[in-house]
Amino acid sequence: MDAAKDAGRAASDPSLPEASPSASIEAGNPAETHAPAPNAPQFTREEDLHAYHEMLLIRRFEEKAGQLYGMGLIGGFCHLYIGQEAVVIGMQMASVDGDQVITGYRDHGHMLACGMDPKGVMAELTGRRGGYSRGKGGSMHMFSREKQFFGGHGIVGAQVSLGTGLAFADAYRKNGQVSLTYMGDGAANQGQVYESFNMAQLWKLPVVYVIENNRYAMGTSVARASAQTDFSRRGISFGIPGEQVDGMDVRTVREAATRAIQHARSGEGPYILEMQTYRYRGHSMSDPAKYRTKDEVSKMREEHDPIEMVRKRLIEMHGVPEADLKATDAKVRETVNQSAEFATHDPEPDPAELWTDILLDARA
Amino acid sequence: MATDILMPALSPTMEEGKLAKWLKNEGDAVKSGDVLAEIETDKATMEVEAIDEGVLAKILIAEGTEGVKVNTPIAIIAAEGEDVSAASTGGAAPKADAATQPAPTPDMQAEGQAATPAPNAKTGDDAPKAPAAPATITNKAPAPVMEEFPAGTEMVSTTVREALRDAMAEEMRRDDAVFVMGEEVAEYQGAYKITQGLLQEFGARRVVDTPITEHGFAGIGVGAAFTGLRPIVEFMTFNFAMQAIDHIINSAAKTLYMSGGQLGCPIVFRGPNGAAARVGAQHSHDYSAWYSNVPGLKVIAPYTASDAKGLLKAAIRDPNPIIFLENEILYGQSFPVPKLDDFVLPIGKARIHRTGKDVTIVSFSIGMSYALKAAQALAEEGIEAEVIDLRTLRPMDTDTVVESVRKTGRCVTVEEGFPQSGIGAEISACLMVDAFDYLDAPVLRVTGKDVPMPYAANLEKLALPNVAEVIEAVKAVCYR
Repeated sequence: MDAAKDAGRAASDPSLPEASPSASIEAGNPAETHAPAPNAPQFTREEDLHAYHEMLLIRRFEEKAGQLYGMGLIGGFCHLYIGQEAVVIGMQMASVDGDQVITGYRDHGHMLACGMDPKGVMAELTGRRGGYSRGKGGSMHMFSREKQFFGGHGIVGAQVSLGTGLAFADAYRKNGQVSLTYMGDGAANQGQVYESFNMAQLWKLPVVYVIENNRYAMGTSVARASAQTDFSRRGISFGIPGEQVDGMDVRTVREAATRAIQHARSGEGPYILEMQTYRYRGHSMSDPAKYRTKDEVSKMREEHDPIEMVRKRLIEMHGVPEADLKATDAKVRETVNQSAEFATHDPEPDPAELWTDILLDARA
Repeated sequence: MATDILMPALSPTMEEGKLAKWLKNEGDAVKSGDVLAEIETDKATMEVEAIDEGVLAKILIAEGTEGVKVNTPIAIIAAEGEDVSAASTGGAAPKADAATQPAPTPDMQAEGQAATPAPNAKTGDDAPKAPAAPATITNKAPAPVMEEFPAGTEMVSTTVREALRDAMAEEMRRDDAVFVMGEEVAEYQGAYKITQGLLQEFGARRVVDTPITEHGFAGIGVGAAFTGLRPIVEFMTFNFAMQAIDHIINSAAKTLYMSGGQLGCPIVFRGPNGAAARVGAQHSHDYSAWYSNVPGLKVIAPYTASDAKGLLKAAIRDPNPIIFLENEILYGQSFPVPKLDDFVLPIGKARIHRTGKDVTIVSFSIGMSYALKAAQALAEEGIEAEVIDLRTLRPMDTDTVVESVRKTGRCVTVEEGFPQSGIGAEISACLMVDAFDYLDAPVLRVTGKDVPMPYAANLEKLALPNVAEVIEAVKAVCYR
């Protein structure tokens, strides 16, 4: 699963046409921003093994979803999380059971990180009855009350008010839970984000706003869309603390997340984490990604891949035999293949499902 | 010269008020800015200030007097040394110098004059077409829901405003998961006094003042409801809910379906809807038809205080997102409300408000006041109208309407909203499918005119439906 092989797969993926350098827009040098922190906190062997497995599951799952999309088995929109895996895994490693997660439409990784069954997620992508929403939600709309995953929202920025509402409920119930509310750099420019920031700080709600800055809101680079490109400062006028985090390094993510979650859980109010990350794939499956160079993408993959970093550490620092990692890889592939198998053979929803789940029975 | 001080109109819908207290006595000198009196409106207690200098020559309305009509002279101010007894009162009162400028009384009763022909109430405009098969499961033939509480129940005269407040208070006592949020709901006691007293009883945890940020707090309410709390989100008016409509439709109404039934949203969005009086186009929109268009919502628009109470209690208990459309003009109107410990009405049932055999008039919310006055006038001319109050717009109890029209053969709908794609259009389409062979005349719609609401008093009056238009439409379908 080395980066070169990964890049080769991407190049041969018909759903991801070659970027045209002539049409590209200078987006700065990602490598400078994402240089590994010299004093990065260290993970134990077990923590690195855990992070490796979790991130690899997302990576392989998303690659498989891309394949199924290319085969016409997944329809509509499909936004892949490849490249950003360290963000959600680092966040989850700092949260505890009961904390809620809510995000936008690039949501498959968050579901898997929350412990949702890959079969149910993949079957929802293919619109089958075994999907988390019984085939009625699709890629952008999956939920799990059991895993405290509240979606999966297709209107950019809407999840920020909703996630603040989850935190409102936590404060109302005094249950000690924290709402982890994710958004992208694009959503961070929506008006309701600031309405939410204001109320969250006003009422000291236990919410951590995670801004996944992957540098492009669809095809518009941060520099072209944002007057203030330091997203960690977006809460300053409300008095909300924030920090920029190397979102490609799962260790720095977890460290910052621990700080932010502690802040929120202790009643001090919201906290903003700008995760500097990168998506390798296009915005959605139909995005030719002409707004950036192929070099920019391959440089990120080769030098800052979040999974490769952990893999290297496991071998060089923790002395894990390569065979063990290959075994992990095989196990993950097997899990993903089983989910794809299920998602392609599970029947479509019964036609009667058209008329169900519109309203709950008030008598129940 | 002496000038009269007139009872001021202190809100767009105020028609009368209580002269609570005089703060100056006869003979006192007054100067501009002095507080002369306190007046209790249906919403708040307001102070009346003097504008001119002079002497409070005579108090015409004693303190404690209730029901003082707007523009009634309440006192006389004389110039220094002027003979007070010579100061005239009443009749053609001069300009109200000493108080806030009186607004013309919005008179919902004075209908019938100067009614221009209603261009939208002329023809049945639904061309014949192949009816689509009914797609939803309808409740079969409900009996007329006239008796919704035991005979002999004591009835208490209650305003719609009090009924709504009582409903919320009762449900908040019953369930800690119920809370109210919105602009001015707590310390201000409600912009329209609907939440009066709730902060005092339930505290700031459950009665939450928000900043002016409809989009944001609607989303917060929906998010809280996803976890099982039961928010009552008050919009100061539904006009402002336009800023929040994405969360109402995309987040609240659709998530149950999109989650395959996992994630319900037990939330009530409530507030005044439609025209008040003289507040212009941006504060007068009737959204009944908009929300009734959306699967995943229930939409309630009551007329009486009794329905307001029983249906709001049901709405708060319902596990689904509810749009509860109130009407500012109805807030101060009183109706008998049954004195019961727990009065809950079924959502989705129309009420036959008045029985009749000649024509069916279908309406809801304030439209009912036109419908009922028209029915009264028509009865004097020998036309017996059956008046149906839909009460709930979604799910719509078309069975009750169809059953009535199969009896009368004629139907007129009445609403304040715009004609195109309105509630009347929906009723009309239903009758085409389910009562086609029973119709003796095309269904006619009496609606608000197809224009943004004008400000000028005369134009506003023309833009709203009125009793004369209802009478005209009924006579047209009765070929009288």
